[in-house]
Parts: sequence; structure tokens; C-alpha cells
Amino acid sequence: MHVIETGNVAAALGVKLAGAQVVAAYPITPQTPLTEKLSEFIELGEMDARYVPVESEHSALGVCIAASSAGARAFTATSANGLLYMHEQVHWAAGARLPIVMCVANRAVGAPWNIWNDHQDSISQRDTGWIQIYSCDHQQIIDDTLKAFRVAEATSIPVMVCYDGYLLSHTYMPFAVPEQEDVARFLPPFRPSYALDPSAPANLNTVTLPEVRPDVHGELAHGYMEIRYLLQEDLRNAVRVVEETDAAFQEIFGRGGVPLVEPYRCDDAEHVVVGMGSLSYQLRDVVETLRAEGHKVGVLGVRLYRPFPDAAIAAALQGARGVLVMEKALSYGYEGALCSDLKSALYDHVPDKSRAPFVKGLVAGIGGREIKTADLAAALRSGLAGSIPEPNWIGIQL
Amino acid sequence: MTRTTILSLPKEEYVHPGNRACTGCGLGIAYRIGTKALGPDTIVIVPPSCLTVLQGLFPVASTKLPSLNTTFACTAAAATGVLEALKAQGKEHINVVAWAGDGGTADIGIQSLSGASERGDDFLFMCYDNEGYMNTGVQRSGTTPQGAITANTPFKGKLQQKKDVAAIMVAHGIDYVATASAAYPLDLYDKIRKAISLDGVKYIHIHTPCPPGWGYEARYTVRIGELAVETGYWDLYEVEKGEFRLTGASAKTLTKGTRKPVTEYLESQSRFRVMTLEQAADVQARVDAKWSAYAGGEESRE
Repeated sequence: MHVIETGNVAAALGVKLAGAQVVAAYPITPQTPLTEKLSEFIELGEMDARYVPVESEHSALGVCIAASSAGARAFTATSANGLLYMHEQVHWAAGARLPIVMCVANRAVGAPWNIWNDHQDSISQRDTGWIQIYSCDHQQIIDDTLKAFRVAEATSIPVMVCYDGYLLSHTYMPFAVPEQEDVARFLPPFRPSYALDPSAPANLNTVTLPEVRPDVHGELAHGYMEIRYLLQEDLRNAVRVVEETDAAFQEIFGRGGVPLVEPYRCDDAEHVVVGMGSLSYQLRDVVETLRAEGHKVGVLGVRLYRPFPDAAIAAALQGARGVLVMEKALSYGYEGALCSDLKSALYDHVPDKSRAPFVKGLVAGIGGREIKTADLAAALRSGLAGSIPEPNWIGIQL
Repeated sequence: MTRTTILSLPKEEYVHPGNRACTGCGLGIAYRIGTKALGPDTIVIVPPSCLTVLQGLFPVASTKLPSLNTTFACTAAAATGVLEALKAQGKEHINVVAWAGDGGTADIGIQSLSGASERGDDFLFMCYDNEGYMNTGVQRSGTTPQGAITANTPFKGKLQQKKDVAAIMVAHGIDYVATASAAYPLDLYDKIRKAISLDGVKYIHIHTPCPPGWGYEARYTVRIGELAVETGYWDLYEVEKGEFRLTGASAKTLTKGTRKPVTEYLESQSRFRVMTLEQAADVQARVDAKWSAYAGGEESRE
């Protein structure tokens, strides 16, 4: 079935099809219509789940953490300061290895207040141990939401599905809605290895010491460091799980094939521009314009940001002379986080540094500043020559 | 309500001896008796607090109930999460019980507790009130009483009044709010039994004397708890569906009409050592006013 709906509704349909059992949410623009839609599904009896209208985002994820610990498939969604308010719980969910799925309708963070789109909210959660997927259009939002549950449950690691506030959350696009019986083949019911159970008592997330320690039977149990090491190991291995999940999805639904990075006209490209979310699709227009001018340029959309698909990115950039990274977020005091990560990947994967492309970072669309395709084209043209106009914030007027 | 006696308490122990509670810990008594009242079909939610330590360090646990440690601010939300997950799976016979300290209840935890109470989520919230952040080395909390020396009210003692969390919970209009004391375990036991038979959020606030935090010898925990009640400084009551009733020793105190002077309680603990006679008289006056209201209330009900 195809529908024309908003990105938020696409996410809600994905959550409904996935059979989330507990949904907890607190209103925040531009996420709100997503969880409003879920409350509608649940009140109408179209979705068999518990909806908890919590008093804060901290509690929203708190409810999901506890529900997941007690064996239920749990979902929440938020944006901007709501995500920042959750931050402690974001770390906790990953440390407790709970397969929660959260949609983030990306929005700028305060201060000053701004309700429009950039990526500062989810990028600032980069180091929490979650898997982060960036959707570029409505089809990807619904598909990624479904895949997120399977990836989360296969890895016992929570997944954030990020999509641009307003640009995707509030715009209408046609997309295919998977059939429930196909989803049942793709995503089996949630069967956690342990859930809180009076017949098998366990003390979850208790104080864990710096050193390994014997249990009552004399067997050595993990210390805090071992537990955290395993999160890192499993997160690195999750790149493969994301690929496998995408392949399984493609087999049933016929869509997918670009789970890590999404290249566009990169094969013969001398210069590649890298972006995330809807920006990477907007850049396709720019590439077409520059191709018509005779420039060999391509776009690389980064779909999976954590775990970082460093090998796939380095491979996709193999042979390029220059790389421009355009970001809607930055690590204040240095540069965009994606730009740093990408440079690091090239350093690791391109042994001959003389053959490594130059990498320049650009910042765009902060706080919803309109990203004009003509401005992107102009920035790209100067970037091709290896020079970026300063300041490197596209469209800034000082 | 049938009266529970020491002999009629369940023999089953859910809290193992030799746990990490301090000698003379009031929480130790309350948790042992409380878990007997809850029984085996129980899931416990615990924020950071002395109870986290009592329950043991991974991979050793001192209690026989499944327990979920949560972040500090979200105890009640976590209880909701467990509850909703159980409902979603058709496991509705399990007691969901949050056990938080006074900081985790009155201060950092009050937002999520208020939210869950307003939603009417069906769980029991236990606050064990040792009147300070004892687990971090005795700092003041919202429920530290006026005059008490703590690690961050080091010379003058706390200047402000104790926050009345039970009254705040009554104002939420929930079906059951009670106060209790570790020194009166049978009263506590009966209140927990009643609470878990009711719907919505139920709230029990337990006065739990703390030897290192309050400054008295560990063997006097029960005596200190009794003194608080005998002086009328702490009261045992329940508010069931809006009906207020003093219980146990406090009900007897009201009938008897006499109370010990609060100085007996204040002088028993070194934390009150800088209180002046005027401050003590002020405490006495407030306790007297509270009990006059109780007596008036009794008369008006007759």
C-alpha cells in the first residue's frame, strides 16, 4: 500500500507495524505529531500497546528502560532539548543493553530557543553507545524504524532513528507501507534473554566494581570495564548486523541496499561532498548542476553514523581528490563531528597519505537557516579548487 | 483489618543477613519487614541510595526479589515502565514497588513521582526517610529537619523546615498515603499489606533512624524511632481515600493525651547539638500545634 503522509506519520506507522508494546512520550516540536499519532492508534484499538503520557523526557526514556527491562518492546521519540534532558537515560539505556528504539525529529538546541532543524541534538548524543541511523526521506523513515527494532534486538543495543525536523517530519511525501504479515516475517516477537521475573530474581544495573569479582559460586564475573568493553565490541560488530538486517529487509520488501552509506554518482567522482539526512538528497541536485558544468562530482550520504562505518566511507572515497563535508552540527571549539570522524577514517584506511584526498568541512542550515541550492553549488565550486570561503558557514551574514 | 503480630509474620526472608547495611540501619529493619509484607511476587525499583548498597555489589545480591536499579530522578517512571510492560504481557499479579530514599523522593525524584501519581499508575512507592543524603556522606535533603547538622550545614544546622512529602502526596488525591517508622515494623507491615490491595499510586513514608547520619549509638535505632513517635515529633497515620486516621502508637498517644517533651528526642542525637533552647521551644510549639489539630479533628469527627 502506498500513502502520502508526513515523515512523523511514516515513523508512527513503522512503530505500529513493529508492534511496540510500551510507548512513552512527552510533547516537543517537531516530534509531537508522531507520538500523537501513536496515541490515536492505541486509543482506536488499532495498535495493542500501552501509551504513557509522561511528565518529562527523562521519564519517557525512564519508562522505556524499565519496560524493556521487564520484557516489553519499547519506543519513544523526542527532539532537541527533550533529547538533551534525556541524556543521562540515553547513556543508561545503552549501558543496560536495552533494545529500545527512539525516533529523533532533529531540531536545533537552545539557547537561544529555536524550533527549526539542524543535527546538534542527536550528534551531541554520539558517544552514548546508541546506534544512530539518519533517514533521508519518508520511505527510509518507515523502513529504518522497522529495521531499528530488529537491529536493536539482535545486538541488545538501543537505536536512534534520526530525521530532519520539518523538512521531513512535517512535509508530505508518497511512500510504501509494508504489509503486516511481511513485517511478521521480518521482525519476530521480542524475546529478551532475561526480563525482570519474580521466579528468577536478579538485581539489574547494580553497583559494579572496577575489578573483576567472584560470584557466590567462585566464578569470576565482569567488572565495569569488561561490561563497557563488550558494549564497544558489540557496537563495532553492529555494522555487520545493520548490513544483514538491511539484506533481510530487501529480500522481503525489495527496498534498501544502502544501509551504511549511500553514494550518488561517486564512481568516477574527483570530488565528493558528504552529508547526512535530507541534505544528502538536496546535494544530488547540486551535483547534477555541477556535472552539467563538466565537474566530476558525487554525493556520499552517511546513513549509519554510529557505529561509524569507517571502512565503507574510506572505500567510497577511494580515488577522490577532494572531500567536502557539509554538516548541520559541530563540536564547538573544533569542527563538525562527521568531518573529524571522516578524516580519522581516511587516516586509518588510506595507508599512502599522499593519495589521501583533502578534506574540508562546511557548516550549513544551523537552526533551520535555509540551505539554498545555489549557495551549495557556489560552495562546491570553490571547494573543487581546494579553497573554502571563510567563514565556512554557508549563508552566514555577519 | 486483622492485627499482625510478630508471630504471624511470614517466616520467609527476602533480605539475607550479612548484607552491606550499616550496623543499626533503620532501613535494614524496614526493608526486611516490608519485603515480607510484599511477598515473592514482587519487582523492586531502586534509585541510587543506601538501598543500592544494601542490595549488594555485582555479582552478589542480598535480596531474593528481582530488582531494577534506575537513575536517580526517574524511580516512579521506572515503576510505571515495569508496570506497563507487565500489563502488556498479561502479568498483572506482580507487585511493582519503588523503594527510594528521601532525596530520591522529596528532591530529585519528586517530578516523576508527581507525574505517576497524577496518571494513577498502579504501584507502591516507599520512601525511607533517613533525613539526608546518607549514602554520599550525610548532606542535607529536603526532608532533613530544621536544626540538624549535616556535612553541608556544618555549623549552624539546617535553617529550613522539613518538607512534608506525605502531605504533598495527599494533595495528589491518591487512594492511600501513610507514614510509618522502622521502630514500629508491625504497623508498617499492615500498611504495606493494605496499600498493595488498593489501586493507583500508593505512598508510604517511613522514618528510618540512621546511626552514622544522626549521631547516636547503633544499638539505639529502635529507641530513637520510638522517641520520635512518643514525643509526637513523628506521627504514624494513614490517609485512605481522603480519610485521615492516626495508627498504632500515635493513635494511643492521642487517646492518652500526653506526649514526652521533644527535647528528649532532640537530645538523643548529636546532629541537633547546636540547637538553642529557643529553637527547641519552637519545635515543641509546632509539635503541640500539630497535635492540637489532631485532637480538634478527633473532636470534630465525634
